[in-house]
Amino acid sequence: MSEGGTRGLELRGVTVRHGSVPALSRVSATFPAGEISCVLGENGSGKSTLVALLSGLRRHDEGELLVDGTAVRFRSPRAARAAGIATVWEDLAVAPLLSVWRNFFLGAEPTRGVWPLRRLDLDSARATTARAMARVGVPGLDPDQPASRLQAGERQSLAVARALHFGASALVVDEPTAAVTVARQTLFGQAILAARAQGLTVVVVTNNPRYAHLIGDRFLLLAGGQVAGNLTREDVDADGLTALMAGGDQLGVLTDALTELHPELGER
Amino acid sequence: MSVDRLSSSVAPHRAGPRGVDGRRVLRRALTRPSLPALVGLVLVLAFFAIQAPEMLTSGGLAGVLDVAATLGIGGVAVALLLVAGQFDLSVGVLAMSSAAMTALLIGHAGWGTWPALLASLVCALLVGVVNGVLVVNTGLPSFLVTLATLLVLQGTTLAGVRAVAGSGRVDGLDDAPGWSSAATLFGSTAHLGDGRFRVSLLWWLGVTAVATWVLWRTKFGNAVFASGGARTAARELGVPVRRTTVALFCLSATAGWLIGALALVRLGGVQVSSAGLATGIDFIVVAVLGGCLLAGGYGSALGASIGALLYAVARQGITLAGWDPPWFQALLGVLLVVALVANGVVGHRLKGVPRS
Repeated sequence: MSEGGTRGLELRGVTVRHGSVPALSRVSATFPAGEISCVLGENGSGKSTLVALLSGLRRHDEGELLVDGTAVRFRSPRAARAAGIATVWEDLAVAPLLSVWRNFFLGAEPTRGVWPLRRLDLDSARATTARAMARVGVPGLDPDQPASRLQAGERQSLAVARALHFGASALVVDEPTAAVTVARQTLFGQAILAARAQGLTVVVVTNNPRYAHLIGDRFLLLAGGQVAGNLTREDVDADGLTALMAGGDQLGVLTDALTELHPELGER
Repeated sequence: MSVDRLSSSVAPHRAGPRGVDGRRVLRRALTRPSLPALVGLVLVLAFFAIQAPEMLTSGGLAGVLDVAATLGIGGVAVALLLVAGQFDLSVGVLAMSSAAMTALLIGHAGWGTWPALLASLVCALLVGVVNGVLVVNTGLPSFLVTLATLLVLQGTTLAGVRAVAGSGRVDGLDDAPGWSSAATLFGSTAHLGDGRFRVSLLWWLGVTAVATWVLWRTKFGNAVFASGGARTAARELGVPVRRTTVALFCLSATAGWLIGALALVRLGGVQVSSAGLATGIDFIVVAVLGGCLLAGGYGSALGASIGALLYAVARQGITLAGWDPPWFQALLGVLLVVALVANGVVGHRLKGVPRS
């Protein structure tokens, strides 16, 4: 792999410490452009730290973080966004009482006029929002409705639409750990695939291996802040991924024990 | 005012069938933060128009508007802070302190009027910065931080004025250089019928108009809403939440200074008192009457101004109707509860959507 030429994100021996405890310890991985990379791991495996690092909320203590081959060190979320990395947070980054278009442009509002009369460009903001939402599979949305009225999954779609619109080159998705409805998962999956189709680097952080295998092209497994596996779609099937993710043997034991007690589980 | 709604000016885009449109307009009207205040104002106004008809004469109106102006200036500033999810109790005391400081600088240090006003403005801004920085850096509730500021300011002012001036009163300032121009700017009056309308009215309208525009039409306004509505999300998206918060505390401090300057010029002096907490709470009451949610993220400057008007009508109405003044507190309490419930319902309607 040539230096400086790779499109996408790359980690080289990255260590992030919470105090003296390493949350990520010498992690190396590549997230190429135009592919969906899934980061899998238990709670506490360092997934959230990875998201925080990529989105600029945390800085690495050792190693290198490369964006399109250039080493970077984000001082703030704003810096990460300026470098083209957009993050879709698990906790839904919307202000519920603000309208959809205000949420869409939050922090990067289009303005016209000169200071002190510089003001929001309302018409273009509304039109752009509706167009961008249609692009990720939510057509006919009223950009003036409060974001709290958005349907299941549409909020994440909003965040993805925002990333696409602002010319992000990478999309970091922090998947909800709580159970989600199929409708929502479908809508969101649609938005993620739209992002891949546009050639973005997509990093999906999830703890659902079946979902990951469904949409992902490559899989990074984390355990205890270290890389436990780095696989592509060719290497592994959904069951293998499930087994690997749950620490293999433990889940195997659990599965055997449960199937013994409830034979119907084995048929799934 | 067409800019005062949550999801602004949609009417031109909706030339659909009338029936659907009507429902939609109603739904949108219900999402306007100032609506409950407007309804309350109409009701209270109608009530006191019957109980005390002289309130609707030009003299009575001048009295109402005079009370509303001062409250409105502070209320609008506090409303912006509430929208951003913060409190400021210290506005009322800051008004007294900055007026006292100006008065001492003019009367005892021999400063000109304008340098003294400017110096007290700088000090007021400093108080705002201290409030803001303490709140954003410590993460302490702004209610308590500004309560502390209030106590410090009130104590310092009372003790300071007594030590320097010998009593709680400073006056005889009107022969200072620059006083006449300050009096024009802060103390002009206009007679209309038998009512004396003060220039503070224009300041109030100006503050309301500018605040409304800033809130709905600028990046800063969007940052204010986002700071209160979804602080973490806003920060993650790169909205300067901390800077916005500090700026808002400076804004409310400036409002306090303006109120102080208006009172100082009107009275030609200052009388310090220890009624600080009550005045600080008045502004918050006004903002809440105007539809601000205490949780932040929702509210309007226009609403706060209507709230101030509502407050003023109730207070003057009770005086003019010849009731015992303590009834005003009782009425205010009732209005406040009604406003809180109404705001809660609106907030719930807006937020009450399942998350997934």
